[in-house]
Amino acid sequence: MNYADIILIAPEISMALLASMIIIVDLFSSNKKLLAPLSLIGLLVPLCFCIMVRDNPSLGFKGTVKVDDFSLFFKYVIILATGLVILSSTTYAKRFDKHQGEYYSLILLSATGMMLLASAIELITIYIALELTALPTAALAAFIREKKSAESGMKFLILSAVSSAVLLYGMVLIYGFTGTTYLSEIGTVIANHLSTSEQITDNGILLFSVILITAGFGFKISAVPFQMWAPDVYEGAPTPITGFLSVASKAVGFAIILRILYTVFENEALSSDWAGMMAVLSAISMSVGNLIAIKQNNIKRMLAYSTIAQAGYIMVGLAAMAGNTTLNTSGPVGILVYLAGYTFTNLAAFAVITAVSEDSGDDSVDSFAGLIKKSPTLAVIMTVSMISLIGIPPTIGFMAKIYLFGAAVETNLTWLAVVAVINSVVSAYYYLRVVKTMFIDSPDEGQEIHPKFGVLSAAVIAISGTVFFGFFPKPIIELARDAINTIIG
Amino acid sequence: MEIPGILSIAIFLPLISAVIVAVFLNGKTARGFALVASIVELVITGYIFIAHKQYDMSEKLTTWFPESFPVQYFLSIDGISAPLILLTGLLGIVSIFASWNVSERTKEHFMWLLALQGVVVGVFTSMDFLLFFLFWELELIPMFFLISIWGTGRKEYSAMKFLIFTILGSAFMLIGILVIFAGTGTFDMTKISELLPSSNLIMPVGILFLFMSIGFAVKLPVFPLHTWLPDAHTDAPTAASVMLAGVLLKMGGYGLLRVSAGMFPDQLEKYAWVLALLGVINIIYGAAITIRQTDLKRLIAYSSVSHMGFVLLGLSAMGGVTSHLAMTGAALQMFTHGTITGLLFLTIGFIYERTHTRHIPDLGGLARRMPVFTVSLVVAGLASLGLPGTSGFVSEVTIFLGAFPAFKLATIIAAFGVVLTAAYILWMIQRSMFGPEKERFAQIGDATAVQVIPIGLLIISIISIGIYPAFVSDVFTEGITEMLNMTGAN
Repeated sequence: MNYADIILIAPEISMALLASMIIIVDLFSSNKKLLAPLSLIGLLVPLCFCIMVRDNPSLGFKGTVKVDDFSLFFKYVIILATGLVILSSTTYAKRFDKHQGEYYSLILLSATGMMLLASAIELITIYIALELTALPTAALAAFIREKKSAESGMKFLILSAVSSAVLLYGMVLIYGFTGTTYLSEIGTVIANHLSTSEQITDNGILLFSVILITAGFGFKISAVPFQMWAPDVYEGAPTPITGFLSVASKAVGFAIILRILYTVFENEALSSDWAGMMAVLSAISMSVGNLIAIKQNNIKRMLAYSTIAQAGYIMVGLAAMAGNTTLNTSGPVGILVYLAGYTFTNLAAFAVITAVSEDSGDDSVDSFAGLIKKSPTLAVIMTVSMISLIGIPPTIGFMAKIYLFGAAVETNLTWLAVVAVINSVVSAYYYLRVVKTMFIDSPDEGQEIHPKFGVLSAAVIAISGTVFFGFFPKPIIELARDAINTIIG
Repeated sequence: MEIPGILSIAIFLPLISAVIVAVFLNGKTARGFALVASIVELVITGYIFIAHKQYDMSEKLTTWFPESFPVQYFLSIDGISAPLILLTGLLGIVSIFASWNVSERTKEHFMWLLALQGVVVGVFTSMDFLLFFLFWELELIPMFFLISIWGTGRKEYSAMKFLIFTILGSAFMLIGILVIFAGTGTFDMTKISELLPSSNLIMPVGILFLFMSIGFAVKLPVFPLHTWLPDAHTDAPTAASVMLAGVLLKMGGYGLLRVSAGMFPDQLEKYAWVLALLGVINIIYGAAITIRQTDLKRLIAYSSVSHMGFVLLGLSAMGGVTSHLAMTGAALQMFTHGTITGLLFLTIGFIYERTHTRHIPDLGGLARRMPVFTVSLVVAGLASLGLPGTSGFVSEVTIFLGAFPAFKLATIIAAFGVVLTAAYILWMIQRSMFGPEKERFAQIGDATAVQVIPIGLLIISIISIGIYPAFVSDVFTEGITEMLNMTGAN
């Protein structure tokens, strides 16, 4: 370990230090109001380090960590998501009283894990980063001291452990097969093997490990059939944390899947197999998510099923990777665009939910009744966010979907694109139900909602991103393309 | 005089006005501002209509997206879209007058109306497929709110039904657009018709044609995809009904003309008999159902289904010797139906404001109490049944003349539709406006000055096109000739 290594993971280190600092400040200061602004300002440090290391992408820590445009793209997304989540927690977190310090620092620690995960290129590092991501989140999910939240935390912890175990088993198989834990070396060994041997049984072992690894990460991205935890955890967890889970956790899940599929299993003989698997999982995920979401009355639960469906849409991009003889890039670019857009859109929705539930004290869709009269700003933001989730212009949701489905069509997956657009139609029904409730139903009590500064600014920032990039998606698309190009080359 | 960026102005003037209304204005000032904006918009669309031949108005911005995904901001205008834009401007102002008395959430109402107008102009001027689709989808939002907030009856159900039907149609269209892009590498609608025959498509071109046409067929609407229309029209507020019947249905016709006919001429000729068949079903089935209606708005809504069948019949003659005539007739039918049905919905909306019922058996004997509305309803009704001297006659006769050589039997059957139309229109007017006066309507009055203006505007346009149709039809003919030349047909 030398100086260059330290600089390379300076974003992660500074993030971890920030988390510790928040705890320490919390210990000595009785003024809890300082914590959120401090975390927010502190987030600028990792961000600056990210921008600093951008110019010389390189390997570090004996080749276990790689900083490139790809990992930086995700680090930006994670920092953005973390910032927005902290911002929308400012009033919400007051209910945690003297535990506010832990709350913020757990978020930051989880973000540290996510950032590390985005640049990890060695199996053990990946595993450690993954655990660092999951454990604080489990604690956060259980942060409210009531039954549902405890259930949420427990569920997340246990299922996360099971999925880690499955993942580990997949990794062990790969290690046994190749004798190395470095992704690039694994890729080389597999390529050599496939070019010399035609035995299908060996491919079978590889494919089995792909399945195990997909299962492990399928949990992270809440894709069917690994989605069971999502509704309960989402419903019970503190609202901003639900937003964090739905966005950041999903983003890094896809980051690592992309990284592994690209560097390890990119071989043609394998890719046609896993692409088919992804296509089927994708179709099932979106159909199941959307159909169950229709019946939900709790908005957090509804959005939980919606993220399952959204995971399905994003997986269209994974399926579209392997259409031709060489791996196709427009699918993965679409994934990155979609994830960035989804971060803006979904966090706007969760910021509004946070603001509304602070007022009404419950998370039912009915608590949004007549929101246009109670708080026009929140109602408009929620509407735009729902529109973006459906994929109607002028929002980033529309642009991202076009890009993603376009990639599917390009790679001869027209059937999947058809399934996806029909699913978008189905989803319009439940997303618009929220809009209808806000605009048409009359509110139960007449008092107005005045959202607090923090949560309101989080919602405004997130929705501005949704609309701005809906009109001008070029910057995100180009950033995503650069990112994908680095992991191919 | 050349005005740079005139098409963008026509799109964004109403959109920006909508934002101004939403953010800064309230109540009556919002209404006044919306009126001014729509007058300016009418002037602009009128200018575009008159001047579009004199210079190239197209605007192109290619740096909007990365090169690998070459979506452009590309607006252009030709003979097919120019009259439809004028129609949008005209009905835009009518719809503002139609909602003059809206008292509930006034500002929002005008905001959505203005937004709708801008978006529809966007649909008609976009020459980039993705931009076209963007506006196409965007149109749903204002309409959804207009129906579900200010509507009557089962408004929420109708709004949702309208939205789901349209979105389902456009979902297939999106796939079609992406397939075309994958095959030709461009979204430029002016280039696609040339590139398409030689490009390597990943699905049979017949299916692609079907995918593209479903979206337009839902909008037009074509039997059996029409069921959203009676609900949406009936439950929508007057202004929204006017826009829906007058302009939004034309988006479907425009799409069929521009995309289905313009880009897939071979497919259209191959399946022309299907179009003719569906057209006849639309005409006859629509008219037959219309006769049985007892709700004024529902009656007019079903009559739209019938009238849009003529557009299909006109399109089906493509490829024949009289294709120019038939397709001009189809395009003209869209324009005239826009003004006629706009007037019908407008008048009925005004009558409903006073009588508080649209149930025909409850009405009757209104002629003496409301002469202006009666005249307006009679003019619109006669135009609708195709009386010579009105615009309805011109377009229907043109279609019959054009379609007859290609599909003789279908045209003959369709001509019976006119008889049915005469039956339901006259019967409707007779039952609702004439007959003995009723006690309960003793107190109601006639049109106010504000209501006479839009009625007058539409009557003038109906009569003047009836007398001198070339004003609009020449422009359509020019556009259609250009399109047919480009596709190589005839």
